[in-house]
Amino acid sequence: MIVVDAAGTSDFSIIGRSVPKPDGLPKTTGQARYADDLKLPRMAFCRLLRSTRPHARIRSIHTADAEAMPGVHAVITGRDLPVIYGVLPVGQDEQALCSDKVRFVGDAVAAVAAVDEDTAERALDLIRVEYEDLPSYMSIEDSLSKPGEPVHVGKYGNSHRAAALQFGDVDAALEASDHVFEDTYFFQGNTHLPLEQHACLAQWDPAGKLTLWTSTQSPHYVHKELAKALELREDQVRVIAPPVGGGFGGKLELFQHEAAAAKLAMMTGRPIKAALTREEVFYCHRGRHPVLMWVKTGWSKDGRITAMDFKSYVDGGAYMSYGAASLYYTGALQTVCDRIPAYRWQGVRVLTNKPPCGPKRGHGTPQPRFALECHFDAVAERLGIPVLELRRRNFVKPFSKTINHLRITSCGLEECVEIVTREAGFVQKHGKLPFGKGIGFAVGAYLCGAGLPLYWNDMPHSSVDLRLDRSGLVSVSCGQIDIGQGSDAMLMSVVAEALGARREQVRLISADTDTTPIDLGSYSSRVTFMAGNAAIEAARRLREVLLVAASEELDVPVEEFLLADGRLRRRDGTGVELSFAELVKLAETRNGALVASGSYKPPKLAGPYKGSGVGPSPAYSFTASIVEVDVDPETGWVTVERVWIAHDVGRAINPVLVEGQVEGSVYMALGEALMEEQVFRRGLHKVPSMLEYKSPTTLETPEMRTFLVETVDPEGPFGAKEVGQGPLLPVIPAVANAVYDAIGVRIHETPITPDKVLKALAARAEGKPARYGPTSLPEYTFPRLLVVEQPAEWASQEAHAS
Amino acid sequence: MMRLPPFTYLAPRTLTEAAEMLAEHGAGAMVVAGGTDLFPNMKRRQQEPAVVIGLRALRELRPIGEAPDGSVRVGATATLQEAAADSVLRERYPALATAAGLVSTPHLRHMGTIGGNICLDTRCNYYDQNYHWRKSIDFCMKKDGQICWVAPGSPRCWAVSSSDTAPVTVALKARFRLLSADGERIVDAADYFRDDGIEYLTRRPNEILAEVILPADGVANTYWKLRRRGSFDFPILGVAAALRREDGVVRDVRIALGAVGSSPVLASDAAARLEGQRPEPDLIDEVAGLAWKGARPLDNTDLNYAWRKRMARVFVRRALRELVGLPPVEPPVELPMADAG
Repeated sequence: MIVVDAAGTSDFSIIGRSVPKPDGLPKTTGQARYADDLKLPRMAFCRLLRSTRPHARIRSIHTADAEAMPGVHAVITGRDLPVIYGVLPVGQDEQALCSDKVRFVGDAVAAVAAVDEDTAERALDLIRVEYEDLPSYMSIEDSLSKPGEPVHVGKYGNSHRAAALQFGDVDAALEASDHVFEDTYFFQGNTHLPLEQHACLAQWDPAGKLTLWTSTQSPHYVHKELAKALELREDQVRVIAPPVGGGFGGKLELFQHEAAAAKLAMMTGRPIKAALTREEVFYCHRGRHPVLMWVKTGWSKDGRITAMDFKSYVDGGAYMSYGAASLYYTGALQTVCDRIPAYRWQGVRVLTNKPPCGPKRGHGTPQPRFALECHFDAVAERLGIPVLELRRRNFVKPFSKTINHLRITSCGLEECVEIVTREAGFVQKHGKLPFGKGIGFAVGAYLCGAGLPLYWNDMPHSSVDLRLDRSGLVSVSCGQIDIGQGSDAMLMSVVAEALGARREQVRLISADTDTTPIDLGSYSSRVTFMAGNAAIEAARRLREVLLVAASEELDVPVEEFLLADGRLRRRDGTGVELSFAELVKLAETRNGALVASGSYKPPKLAGPYKGSGVGPSPAYSFTASIVEVDVDPETGWVTVERVWIAHDVGRAINPVLVEGQVEGSVYMALGEALMEEQVFRRGLHKVPSMLEYKSPTTLETPEMRTFLVETVDPEGPFGAKEVGQGPLLPVIPAVANAVYDAIGVRIHETPITPDKVLKALAARAEGKPARYGPTSLPEYTFPRLLVVEQPAEWASQEAHAS
Repeated sequence: MMRLPPFTYLAPRTLTEAAEMLAEHGAGAMVVAGGTDLFPNMKRRQQEPAVVIGLRALRELRPIGEAPDGSVRVGATATLQEAAADSVLRERYPALATAAGLVSTPHLRHMGTIGGNICLDTRCNYYDQNYHWRKSIDFCMKKDGQICWVAPGSPRCWAVSSSDTAPVTVALKARFRLLSADGERIVDAADYFRDDGIEYLTRRPNEILAEVILPADGVANTYWKLRRRGSFDFPILGVAAALRREDGVVRDVRIALGAVGSSPVLASDAAARLEGQRPEPDLIDEVAGLAWKGARPLDNTDLNYAWRKRMARVFVRRALRELVGLPPVEPPVELPMADAG
């Protein structure tokens, strides 16, 4: 890993230092207590009866035999949990236990609480459900064309969400272009595969208080949904997230087992544990949407983009989950890497009888990024312009506005490209390696936190409370949850730096809706930016109190002090030196309790149109990646040999963890590029197991070289931006582009499996287009276009650019 | 968590005692050594023995070594790791050591045994699913149902022989020593396996596989495995090949394919074509073309099945080239470039 400080170094004592994660040792030594490790006296166990049908009306459910079984405490059905809920206000379509119909194999219809899991499991066998099968929709094509009752009955049937946006006169721009190219792509769905299977423990206090310990990325959203599902007041519910063994977007809302366990706890008066099997985790899903995409771009003869027309057909699965946002994300960030003067996006999310799709690392953006980066690589070849040159002519500039009203601040895209292409020797290798060896290039950009919360409100997105103890201990309280990404370590470093304490003096209290102030959760790469800024605000307030107290006590002007790394000194080196604990005692003596809060709310950035809430972010990260592959033309086997990746993280607060996130993203991206697919057969998930759902191992993980580019974002905490998701984006198309460079065929569909490579090679040999992937789009009429005015800054910005 | 069903576990101290227990408990009993195949299957209710007889403690089944007659004996409960690391096997029967070393993961190779891998239950991604999944699709004929989901018109089960070591034993002309309360018998590996996904072994219910006997006469041998990842995965194709080179020609050619049917498939026609011939590259190509005809992969394991069948040809060619001293993989040749359009 090499850190490139593009903005000049700063004088920090902790920021920029690689320090271990506080949760590292407990997790590696087995001391961490995950949700499934928790035990309470008199605890009983919950198992869910799940649908065996992809789409069926429930005629009746007979639970009497199960209820009568010895060892069974209670059996519940949808009658006991009738409330319809959903994580998005526009997506109220889920029920904890289905009453009227089931919508995928794995949807829950009943739940049992029993003395142990074996008994609960046996009791499930005694529950009889009568189903009336309905037509099932297993693909985008099915969903749009097959007659019958839609998955959810609503105004638009199976095509339940759609949007059509236009920025600038796309048709005129395409008409006036020297060249126009179009391509079709398909990105297959895949799932998060966290090591920790979802688990929860619910406890009911008869005084009217419910506590749920659960494996979640967002205690806050689970809190709200759970209160709704159980018909409790929000103040009656407490949600605590123990350490989480991976999320990647798959643990961001209320799940059926959580509501069922909570209800059973209320009914039986016993603590109830629910721990899912791996199969059930595949059914919870909320993973990557399969997306069929069509892109058309116009170009001037000197290689400048004149317009882009883009369509997304999004396979949503059986429920909304985050789907309305996911849909818009397949159209929002196309404009963030390349300057696009006229842009049209039309998208539809369809319902199918599969586990619901939702947010997975990159949320809705890896699919269009794959399409775009592959398309651009092909366009460069068609135009006869080296791909790097073509891309550089079109990159966005720092501190600019996109045509769809996204505000770009710091932007290290050019620096990232410069580093990886130089280090990989891209220009020397591209198009020049022997047959079977290839090198591919791609870029990407991602949010540093969604600009808007999931439900409409104007309150902070993250708050942090600080309390100083006279021992010198700094107690930090925040609703954020570390799901492995390192947000605990981030908060410790940020607070210690901003306050002037030593990092070891910082203690965290996290992810407890009773005792910690709200943070919306670990999603949209928001925690460093938002909780980090909230923590800095709180810490600076307390630092001020400490310095003023010292100034008055010691009669030294505040600006003469240097407070860092747990010591208060005079800048000139004279006079007394106080330890942090002594300083706190002094301040507490003068001021009383030393507490302060800070909060963060992103600036209002949404453009003036419906749908503009998805895409805005206080900053964007940028990444460039180069992938080298070996392709065996006889077998079609693709081996990724090397990856170079440079990421504009704004500022690396803790470089070793930043690098870890980059590497994790590369690893996950390679899985999506080459192996992972959530596929169905005869209405069922084909392979709901860790053995047969193929995800790479360390043996498939190539040598990676990571470069961190520091652009110091003006609004990020100490200049930091995100790293958890963005680095995934360019790697997938870079693999596809490298495959083309190796053997001259374009694979327009993930995952790039060897049979697809051979089919494309066969097509090439027969003189057909040397590609594999979709060639047609389904019949569907998008809604009327919403034509949006260009941003006020656009004209002057364009004049300046040209 | 997926949990084991209740069962009785018996721990015999001698092989004789184990055979007696098996005789006593009949068809409702199964033997277990490493448990890496049986216990996950039991958790998914694919196999539900009332009695499980543990062979793990039987030291007499463990050793690997050369017998006075020059044959090599591998005890059935020698772990896959022991087999993979054994110096005699690595020198004389590298195909078997290689195959053992490619099974699953290091952890499972320390638990799993040679005997267990040879007797591995046939696999199918309509069958290797938990109870809820199999109930949802409606159980298949291999367990609790009537139909073969991968070939719904078929009267038989097409679950796949997915052992790495089984095709190697067939190619190496190994023999198995089977022991029961009635005595012992020796069978050829080729006769031990049956082309049926359910009754995939000719082992009688009261017999215990005690020992693998590898012949004394030496052959060059190798094993090539196709799978998605470098660890964990069962083979989706295995090629075990053996031959002897003598005066510029090859003799005793044996080619066995794994994971392309319900039993290892001996490519006899292909072997016969090569027998007594000079192993020129063109002939090897032709032999590979004959060998893949017996492969009948279906859509019930990983990756595209038409592609897997095609790979049988490639892997046989590569395995044979390796055995005759040619580079297994030739540098890729660029195909004529048609207009990409």
